[in-house]
Amino acid sequence: MQSQNFVLKFQKELCETCPTYDCLTRCQYLNIDTKTAEREIRKLLNGEDSFVLHECVTCYACEEYCKRGNHPFYLITDLQEKKGILPAPKPIVKQWVNLGIPDKKDIPHFYGAEEPVISLCLFPDFVNSIRGKLFQGVSIVLGRHFFCNLVYLHFGKPSLIRERLPKIIENIASHGFKEVVFFHDECYSTFTSYADAYEIKVPFRPVHLFEYLYNRLKELKDEIKPLNVRIAYQRNCSTRLTPQKEHYLDKIFELLGVERVERKYDRENALCCGGIIRGLQKLDLFVEVQKKNVEDMKNAKAEYCVFNCPACYSSLAERVRKEGIKPIMLHQLCKLALREEPR
Amino acid sequence: MDKIYKALAEIVGEEFVSNRKEELYIYSRDSGLSEPRFPDYVVMPRTVEEVQKIIQLANKEKIHVVPAGASLSLSGLTIPQKGGIVIDMRRMDRILELNRKGRYVVLEAGVTQGKLQAFLEENAPDLCHSLPEAPPSATVVGNLVIHGQGNLTQAYGFNSSMISGLEVVLPNGEICRIGSCSLSPYWFSIEPLPYLAGLFLGWFGTTGVITKVGLRLYPKKKLRDVELFVLEDPKLVSEVIYRVTHTEMAEDITTVAQPYPLMFQGTIMIGIYLTGDTEEELEFKRRLIWSSLSDLIKAKEGGFMALTPDMKVGLLEKPMSSLTRSADILKGGGFVYCGAIIPIEKFPEALKKLFEIAERNGVTFAHTGRVIGRGHCMMFAFAYPFNRADLESMEKAKRALFDSYVATLEIGGVPWKPGAEEQKLILERMDKNSVELIKRIRELLDPNKIMNPGNWEVEL
Ligand SMILES: Cc1cc2nc3c(=O)[nH]c(=O)nc-3n(C[C@H](O)[C@H](O)[C@H](O)COP(=O)(O)OP(=O)(O)OC[C@H]3O[C@@H](n4cnc5c(N)ncnc54)[C@H](O)[C@@H]3O)c2cc1C
Ligand code: SF4
Ligand code: SF4
Ligand code: SF4
Repeated sequence: MQSQNFVLKFQKELCETCPTYDCLTRCQYLNIDTKTAEREIRKLLNGEDSFVLHECVTCYACEEYCKRGNHPFYLITDLQEKKGILPAPKPIVKQWVNLGIPDKKDIPHFYGAEEPVISLCLFPDFVNSIRGKLFQGVSIVLGRHFFCNLVYLHFGKPSLIRERLPKIIENIASHGFKEVVFFHDECYSTFTSYADAYEIKVPFRPVHLFEYLYNRLKELKDEIKPLNVRIAYQRNCSTRLTPQKEHYLDKIFELLGVERVERKYDRENALCCGGIIRGLQKLDLFVEVQKKNVEDMKNAKAEYCVFNCPACYSSLAERVRKEGIKPIMLHQLCKLALREEPR
Repeated sequence: MDKIYKALAEIVGEEFVSNRKEELYIYSRDSGLSEPRFPDYVVMPRTVEEVQKIIQLANKEKIHVVPAGASLSLSGLTIPQKGGIVIDMRRMDRILELNRKGRYVVLEAGVTQGKLQAFLEENAPDLCHSLPEAPPSATVVGNLVIHGQGNLTQAYGFNSSMISGLEVVLPNGEICRIGSCSLSPYWFSIEPLPYLAGLFLGWFGTTGVITKVGLRLYPKKKLRDVELFVLEDPKLVSEVIYRVTHTEMAEDITTVAQPYPLMFQGTIMIGIYLTGDTEEELEFKRRLIWSSLSDLIKAKEGGFMALTPDMKVGLLEKPMSSLTRSADILKGGGFVYCGAIIPIEKFPEALKKLFEIAERNGVTFAHTGRVIGRGHCMMFAFAYPFNRADLESMEKAKRALFDSYVATLEIGGVPWKPGAEEQKLILERMDKNSVELIKRIRELLDPNKIMNPGNWEVEL
């Protein structure tokens, strides 16, 4: 199937009558006032060039800031591609594009026999952590056959997602799964928000890891020993595409007996882990953003920094640790409360 | 009993000499692709006097002598081309002196990289030597003899320029000291005396047996980090290296280009290693390097790759064991490389040749490189994996290797640690008076032609 068959559902009228232009005025990186936002939105609607296309750090947040159900970020990425604007240097984009090329030699990995199924996408390192009470009886799929490709939103190559996605969906569906739990938030957001915005059919129900963990923890409630620690939560970019599942998180934290500290950069105001900002080579901004974020965690006296995305973990964990805060993935925090991981 | 065997046993003790086939077998080959050839004896001396006696014996009996460290050059430099005695130096493995304030050590010739590294970590954690990526069992002296390169080469030049003194047993059996140690108890410098060290470096054991070396040490910072700058256009490599070396903020600078994993295909990665005693020092250096490349980044020509913690661990390991693993793409436990010492501006040409050679010979390849001095030149490795269980893959790798030596010379480079065959290629092209000088020096030092024959051999 050709990628151009999929067209973004975007309602121009909503923007034309928008009272806030929240998508741009709330952007944490571009510093845009209402007047500028109105002007630049108009340019984007007309398919014209705008500084937004060049300076966007691809944090995805405007998708969440727009409360009218429009898709400002997807529009930005489509325009970037159309105009040949590369957010990152050419060789960096090339490496990312190469990374996702389906290779004949790839083997689809499938551990287990039946549902529930967790897709680990391209994170083989986590296979060994999908164990214990929390994941009893779970099957795992893994590898490029199940790679959502959404990462190309960061690199001005969204058509690659649309080009590869139908095949990925076919690969998953061919196993006959009715539901798939996505370990990586980005996958979940692909098969929900992105697929929906481009009217790509998904013949299974994507389940977010939060939902899975919450349901499982409820079942294991009696075995949970409250952790009684203060945690800072690091949101990742793709959570902006699917904020509807965020409520599970607070419920999970409640079950685990942890306190999500009040801080400046959480929830809608969360800061990027910095990884992609560095990837786009905005190096000074990368240092600044990580510093602001970690100081904020420190000021809020967080003992743990909880990650939902392995990529965020990769880019921020070392920094967090240096400041005396323990980095941990969410599912590992759950296991901790079940006394399955060393503290 | 064999007269020579007996004489050797008298010198080193029966335990440390052998003429048994199964032991000679080990010394008849190395892990590269050179033709195996058997020595007649192998001997492991413990002292300089024992080395001296072996050499005197060899002169008397007109038998050839090949000094060997761990035989890890991969180009067959310790394979006895014409038989004779292999002197395995590895029993002479004492570290004799550490001068902390003067930043040097004095070692016997059999001390391995691993031993020196461990010794310094324990006894002088703020000092280090320039460590090659060779396995830890490689000897320090073997590396110096072949003008090796290590992690400090970018800052201080070839490892062999870090020598501060030598003790050598000459081919006639005389023991000779070179540098300050020839007239003072201190091994701090080769200069300012006539530069005799050059008579023993790069000569592959044809001019004498080094028994001791004074080696310079350098500040070792507490923290070490790495950045990978990625490019697509090979023509920009020399520019990047010029700028980064200009900052004087990097420790080591390396290059990588390989077709696997697919992610790396079509890009060139420049490893920039940073050190600092504090996070602030690291950060300061990092920023200077970032800003030296900012306009290339702005022009979207290059950028820094995101490294996962695991990738960093691999890249920061000293020596980098992942290098051997990634070279072993064919899973056959073998790889060879031609290290071309080239002007950095020749990088694009060398890379093009590498692609052509790999294609022509139907082999896969990997390139790694290392900047030498402040961009004065670089080592460009044309590396080819092979499978030891597959003769055809060995043949192909061998042909590709030979082509790489020719290519190195064609682009105006100098092959590093060439094997006997490739040395001939070099001598054929070399200025005739230089060749004549090499010949005369060898005749002068080694009138009986006992030392590592087949190497740097001028046939006129
Ligand atoms: C995976 C791998 C990675 C490598 N990476 C590097 C690298 O990063 N940098 C680098 O420089 N090299 C590298 N090498 C090449 C080589 O292994 C090293 O240079 C090594 O240090 C050579 O030491 P050796 O003890 O094996 O020397 P040998 O091979 O034993 O000897 C080398 C030469 O020196 C002569 N010789 C040895 N001892 C004496 C002596 N006492 N007196 C006189 N002559 C002597 C020998 O006759 C021979 O000609 C690598 C090799 C491998 C396999
Ligand atoms: S994208 Fe949403 S927030 Fe932005 S202008 Fe349009 S309707 Fe308003
Ligand atoms: S993606 Fe982030 S940086 Fe880009 S415009 Fe939207 S909010 Fe701003
Ligand atoms: S979820 Fe992330 S890591 Fe997984 S396939 Fe999608 S982009 Fe790749």
